[in-house]
Amino acid sequence: MSAHHHKETFVTKYIFSLDHKMISKQFLVTGMIMGVIGVLMSLLFRLQIAWPEHSFSIIEAFLPERFQSEAGVMKPDIYLALVTIHGTIMVFFVLTAGLSGTFSNLLIPLQIGARDMASGFMNCLSYWLFFISSVIMVISLFVQAGPASAGWTIYPPLSALPQAIPGSGTGMTLWLVSMAIFIAQSLIGSLNYIVTILNLRTKGMTMTRLPLTMWALFITAIIGVVSFPVLFSAALLLIFDRSFGTSFYLSDIFIGGEVLNYQGGSPVLFEHLFWFLGHPEVYIVLLPALGLTSEIISTNSRKPIFGYRAMIGSIMAIAFLSTIVWGHHMFISGMNPFLGSVFTFTTLLIAIPSAVKAFNYITTLWKGNLQFNPAMLFSIGLVSTFITGGLTGIVLGDSALDINVHDTYFVVAHFHLVMGVSAIYGMYAGIYHWFPKMYGRMMNKTLGYIHFWITAIAAYGVFFPMHFIGLAGLPRRYYTNTNFPLFDDLANVNQVMTVFALIGGAAQIVFLVNFFMSIYKGKVASQNPWRSNTLEWTTPVEHIHGNWPGEIPEVYRWPYDYSKVDENGEYIFGEDYIMQTVPLKAGEQES
Amino acid sequence: MLALFYFFVAVAFAIGVWQVNKLLTYRVIFKEIKDGKKIITFENDNNPIATEKDNDIQGKLFLIFLVGFYLFMGYCLIYLHDLMLPDAASIEGEDYDNLYIITFWLIGIVQFITQALLYFFSYKYRGIKGRKATFFADSHKLELIWTTIPTVVLAVLILYGLSIWNDVTDLEGDEAIVVEVYAKQFAWEARYAGRDNELGRGNVRNISGANTMGIDMSDEHAADDIPVRELHLPVGKKVVFKFRSQDVLHSAYMPHFRAQMNCVPGMVTEFGFTPKYTTEEMRQQEDVILKVASVNAAREANGEEPYEFDYLLLCNKICGPSHYNMQMKIVVESEKDYLIWLNQQKTAKELF
Repeated sequence: MSAHHHKETFVTKYIFSLDHKMISKQFLVTGMIMGVIGVLMSLLFRLQIAWPEHSFSIIEAFLPERFQSEAGVMKPDIYLALVTIHGTIMVFFVLTAGLSGTFSNLLIPLQIGARDMASGFMNCLSYWLFFISSVIMVISLFVQAGPASAGWTIYPPLSALPQAIPGSGTGMTLWLVSMAIFIAQSLIGSLNYIVTILNLRTKGMTMTRLPLTMWALFITAIIGVVSFPVLFSAALLLIFDRSFGTSFYLSDIFIGGEVLNYQGGSPVLFEHLFWFLGHPEVYIVLLPALGLTSEIISTNSRKPIFGYRAMIGSIMAIAFLSTIVWGHHMFISGMNPFLGSVFTFTTLLIAIPSAVKAFNYITTLWKGNLQFNPAMLFSIGLVSTFITGGLTGIVLGDSALDINVHDTYFVVAHFHLVMGVSAIYGMYAGIYHWFPKMYGRMMNKTLGYIHFWITAIAAYGVFFPMHFIGLAGLPRRYYTNTNFPLFDDLANVNQVMTVFALIGGAAQIVFLVNFFMSIYKGKVASQNPWRSNTLEWTTPVEHIHGNWPGEIPEVYRWPYDYSKVDENGEYIFGEDYIMQTVPLKAGEQES
Repeated sequence: MLALFYFFVAVAFAIGVWQVNKLLTYRVIFKEIKDGKKIITFENDNNPIATEKDNDIQGKLFLIFLVGFYLFMGYCLIYLHDLMLPDAASIEGEDYDNLYIITFWLIGIVQFITQALLYFFSYKYRGIKGRKATFFADSHKLELIWTTIPTVVLAVLILYGLSIWNDVTDLEGDEAIVVEVYAKQFAWEARYAGRDNELGRGNVRNISGANTMGIDMSDEHAADDIPVRELHLPVGKKVVFKFRSQDVLHSAYMPHFRAQMNCVPGMVTEFGFTPKYTTEEMRQQEDVILKVASVNAAREANGEEPYEFDYLLLCNKICGPSHYNMQMKIVVESEKDYLIWLNQQKTAKELF
């Protein structure tokens, strides 16, 4: 690898780096900045929904005057803008790029035994496209009429007509441009991940010796490649409708006192195209989190992950099914009820591989010797919210039951638990676990504990009662509920939820302080602090180009030989873990 | 409220800085190595990796969390129950409620069992130095069990759910009253099909003056149509709604009847149900009385007028800035009262 040892300048090392470890840190920090923006927005609109008509100094300070109906009170369309951008940022910028981008880049070469990604340039390009799309999304917050505000699903005609809502003007244009660039970065990244995993595995690293993290990231990349282009075409057709007078999605519209010149299109087409990405997107967000968690739970339980092959099978089954269930978002969209039946069937099938995963995690804990590092706490938290949120999916996936809870807060509670909170927990778990690999230092444990417990209580405090206000029939995306006496008794539930949200939001500061201070002041990490089996812990703590100073190590076993004992009940190599690079001992059976 | 938030933020920040700075509290430790030599190392007691003590504390916290979580879930299930929608006010909604109850019992039981296992195992198997974890990588028997059981249970749910779905969405063949519900930013209108029980064609291109729904008056079915601003439905008769939208997507949501359908510009969507109780009867239902009492308790605290129950149609698809205020009252009454009311309304021909 002598070719890599050229002189590095500040620009090639920190800005346009081709090194996967640096790019992963760039993804993480950009994702975290976007995350702070997204979470702050949610706190602002939670304040509004809990205390409508109340004047808040924080709103007065954060929002420009033209976004306030009176000092400290946001306008209704700005409420919708905040909801929209919160959703967009959290789903795409934090949980897709921030999560998948960070850990795919960091872990793929390290865990499969490769010097770097298949294409360092494409990797660098992928990050910079992500950066540009983030910048455009942030810029869109400052346009005169406000950012996109048609919901993160941007259903036309609302998203196509500035007459319908002010945010559908320049704000929406920037949203679409930003997302188009985002999709490009996602595709470039995903192709790179797939090629790298397929081609650059080290000697002995067969597909069935890959850590589950690799499987999850691999399958995630495949779903991304299959479904993101469809969102791109949906966005492109929307751009055509908005700017060039076509009628893909628009038909027979009377607004602002005149009939518009559109005919023959249908918003239902957009819904199909959007959800063809939109549903797999849920798994693009969730699978990497489950992959990281598999690794962390196994390591910290000092036990092999239970049912390795079943886990791979269920990841594949979830991925396959995820591409044929999008219609469950559209049961009451006016599409043919027979299609609704088909989508109910495929949707409820997903519960089976999901149940297998949940039970396998629980069985992995059984008779383990659990090491409660902060990463482990977040992983257990993930399994908990994944179950709680997943179970309500059985209600929503059933077309008959969906009728009355569709678009209520029940849905909001469901997906926040199953993909929002779960994926965020997975991301935190990953950060606490692999921080030593990223920065060569350890994060503070006590702060990790504080962070987890407050977050765990706050997350359930916000989202568990939310199911019930949904079952009371409260629609989502209402600026205020005060126009319906029917919902007056839900006001105090909403207030309690907002208090929990504020507590949970503040707790993230503990994490931010821990993260940034540990980069500089954390205790220097040892090479394998968690006594883990996988290849990334055989690299030196100091980052070097090419990852391993000498030869790339060879792999002789699967990654989950924790607490493996011989016939006398003694650890085979005297320790409760056996790294993948250790050859089988004479007479030892491969697991 | 906000002061509280600033307080949280300040506390969180302070804890963060305090803890991280503890990293700096290194102690000088003299270690003796063989042949009497001494070396000096710097160590601090803040070990970044979980110790046995940490495992013990965190394991117990998981158990406490489990108890707290159970109490919280129980509290929500019992005390928030009165806030929820009353029993269905439509014949079709009865099946819906049955499926709903079965599903909730099922997921409730699974939730209580799996969360208990998860947190209890976290407590029970918290790490102890020297204990060996059990190498248990696979069990086809176990995996077969937890693949088969969900499959069977889901098969039952799917079949029952689909049979209800088919009933609810089957709008053919009945002698139903046809009503058009028309959505626009930010109001609802409606139109009864009149004497011939068939709606005249509609298109936004016909909108002019009083003809706000764009009824095509050249259609022979249009003249006897009855445009209205409030819905009245006869109890016990099937009603089929035809939905149209003038501008953007809306969703006609009638939660008490377990009914919802999107209103899509450029196409007609439909949904139907049979009202089971008149508005007056509904007001006498036990769970409606409870719900109204809890609403009125909240209203009284704010010094607002007491509320009386009414059926509602509300918009449940984001449709613009005033999405939060788009509603229409629905009155369910005896067929006699319904006909009296309908006959008082003017037909399209009379109106324009």
